[in-house]
Amino acid sequence: MKYVIKKIGTLIITLLIVSFLSFLAFSIIPGDAARSKLGTEATEEQVRALQKELGLDKPVLVQYGIWLKNFVTGDMGESYSYSMPVSEMLKNKIPITIALTIMAFVIILLVSVPVGIFTAQHVGKKLDHIIMILNQVIMSVPGFFIGILITYIFGLILRWFTPGAYVSISENFWGFLRYLIAPAIAIALPRCAMGVKMLRNSVISQMEMDYVRTASARGNGKQRIMYRHVLKNAIIPVITFWGMTIADIVANSIIIEQVFTIPGMGSLLVTSISNRDYPVVQGIIVLVAALVVVINFVVDLLYGKIDPRISLR
Amino acid sequence: MKKVRKLVMLLLVMAFTIVLGGCQDSKEQETESQKDSSSQTSEAGPTMGGSIVVGIPQDLEDSLDPHKSVAAGTKEVLFNIYEGLIKPDEQGNYKDAVAKSHSISEDGKVYTFTLREHVKFHDGTEVTAEDVKYSIERCAGINGDGTPLVAAFSNVEKVEIPDENTVEIYLNDADTEFLAYLIVAIIPEHCTDLDKNPVGTGPFKYVSRSPQENIVLEKFADYWDTENQAYLDKVTFKIVGDSNAVVTGLKAGSIDMYPRINATQLAQLEDEEDLQFYEGGMNLIQALYLNNAAEPFDDVRVRQALCYAVNRQEVLDIVADGRGTIIGSSMFPAFEKYYMPELSERYNQDIEKAKELLKEAGYPDGFEMTISVPNNYQQHIDTAQVLVEQLKQVGIKAEIQLIEWDSWLSDVYADRNYQSTVVGVDAAYLSGRALMERFASDAEKNFINYNNSEYDKLYEQVKKSTDEQEQIELYKKMETLLCDDAANVYIQDMACEVALRKNYGGYVFYPLYVQDMSKIYMISE
Repeated sequence: MKYVIKKIGTLIITLLIVSFLSFLAFSIIPGDAARSKLGTEATEEQVRALQKELGLDKPVLVQYGIWLKNFVTGDMGESYSYSMPVSEMLKNKIPITIALTIMAFVIILLVSVPVGIFTAQHVGKKLDHIIMILNQVIMSVPGFFIGILITYIFGLILRWFTPGAYVSISENFWGFLRYLIAPAIAIALPRCAMGVKMLRNSVISQMEMDYVRTASARGNGKQRIMYRHVLKNAIIPVITFWGMTIADIVANSIIIEQVFTIPGMGSLLVTSISNRDYPVVQGIIVLVAALVVVINFVVDLLYGKIDPRISLR
Repeated sequence: MKKVRKLVMLLLVMAFTIVLGGCQDSKEQETESQKDSSSQTSEAGPTMGGSIVVGIPQDLEDSLDPHKSVAAGTKEVLFNIYEGLIKPDEQGNYKDAVAKSHSISEDGKVYTFTLREHVKFHDGTEVTAEDVKYSIERCAGINGDGTPLVAAFSNVEKVEIPDENTVEIYLNDADTEFLAYLIVAIIPEHCTDLDKNPVGTGPFKYVSRSPQENIVLEKFADYWDTENQAYLDKVTFKIVGDSNAVVTGLKAGSIDMYPRINATQLAQLEDEEDLQFYEGGMNLIQALYLNNAAEPFDDVRVRQALCYAVNRQEVLDIVADGRGTIIGSSMFPAFEKYYMPELSERYNQDIEKAKELLKEAGYPDGFEMTISVPNNYQQHIDTAQVLVEQLKQVGIKAEIQLIEWDSWLSDVYADRNYQSTVVGVDAAYLSGRALMERFASDAEKNFINYNNSEYDKLYEQVKKSTDEQEQIELYKKMETLLCDDAANVYIQDMACEVALRKNYGGYVFYPLYVQDMSKIYMISE
């Protein structure tokens, strides 16, 4: 219980720092939301009037204070560009990001765990060598490039899906999921390769431990040792990696969304930054930061479940 | 074991096909004949109904309120929803829209409009003289907080309604070109949230939007102009920010039309059987804009030297396979009555002359300069790169500085804190003034700090003049002055290729930055 309170404290402090930093960044970089909205035909008079309307004429700290006050009361403000409440915009984007993240994560688990264990069991054999070389190649190719390859091969040549024909979740749920498969694979592949490598190394180093010999001496079979003893220990560092991967997937989806023209949170973030639409940027950044902190929290809880020796303090 | 080998082979084959595909794209260039045959097939009969997906490069991020929207990309979409008292046609003339007829008083101070009867807004209500009065006053800032929403309307003194079908607009100062600005939208007085729910009188009505995704329009069945009803039932403007995604979308069929294909995209799409291309002008004045107040560009000889150093044809050849129209002043060819083609010949490349001028100005060994270019316009970046190479020939070391569009707006455009920049300037209204007023020495939009008292005098004369022929002559003199003074290194009106799927037809170019979707139809099979 104490631990949970402590974690919530961390969450609040993190969000405060992150939101303030992004606010500060906006006041430092050149460009002005009002001018951005009014364009080249605007008169000085119009720009000043709009600045006043948006509250941009106030000092940064005051602006931050106002934003914070509204945020605490659940009001994330209204987008400058779209005249829509930020919370409503995010509500439409979150399912896309979450679906993409979960799909990519499931793919990572389904591929990296069996392949990782398999290669660890066959260290030094030919097949292991080949998989590890392939692994190295995939690991070093950036996700967006894999995305372009997938679009080209499966979209334009084989025509398994129509690039750009994204359907929204409300229109057609299965069509929505189907369209996300390709980008999820593009995000997942490099991380699958990393997962394989981590799990393999972790398993190999655990296999050399004394307890494995003991277990073996007691007459346990190879499979039993692997799944009952080794994996439990080997998986701890990999879970940390998976936790980081989720945050990583969210970050990567920003780029992948552009490649597959998915109108998700990533593309919204990019355009909002260039439009100086800071209510939207603040909203997304706070959301992503909260997500990362929460995932870390879940990972910590998992440690304790897997290895009771790790206690939460 | 075998499986793995197969997989490696498969990957190799894939990589190989991609490399080959890349080669093919750049190889094929002879498409002229293809283009001709494609335009013939589009002659087949139009049908009513159907839908289309139009790709647009940016979302409508300023406002859906027609009086508050400013981006050209927003206006080209809103053109289908809103109409003014008058509206422009393809030739650049005005035809009456919400008004049935109009007249301008002798002194150019009073504009009288007779309203068309039974023009309906998309919500079903009829347009009244009150709505018109409200719209004009709103633009002029008369019924608001006093800030005109549309700058040109600051000249409006008052709007009167002598009877329910007539509206009179009174101006403070005589202005015979004001008509061009009355394409501004007429909106219903009872709707207060136009930026969320646009309501106009145009051929299409607004259905929905989803940020970063699309804007959906539907045919307006009660459109007043029964002879020019829209063919299509539904138009979806889909936001496709990524330039590669445009190509894949057109190839794969998720986009049916894309209005501004660039040279790279065209090269990748030319051999698509399913697409046709229309070629026109962008109606943008692309130039190396020079800060006339910053050293060394405060010297006319230096500016002229730059003009002589540049080879415009080479720019066109490298950047757009030779497409585009070379221009010599701040006027593009589509404005036929003002355009002076001879000015484009004025500064043909002459390296010797350029060097001589630089020597006279006191820069025998050239100098260093910075070209600021907004990073979201590839054509301008490409052009700047060619210019850098060409300027080297006369000893000028130019450096490109890429900046965000927002920084460009505040640093370059508003604060005029720059040396030179490559951008395209367009005209928001169909009048010579839309392009020329910018260069009056005290104009707020004069971001190049051009300062010539003779030019200012001519501009004052134009504003007072009520004779169209005289105005044209004066504007031409102003264009010539800009050219003589080498105010900027004028380059081109960029070519504009429109890609349209072959089962559609009816695309028309306007001298303004708009997409008229009501003219586009599906071809009967």
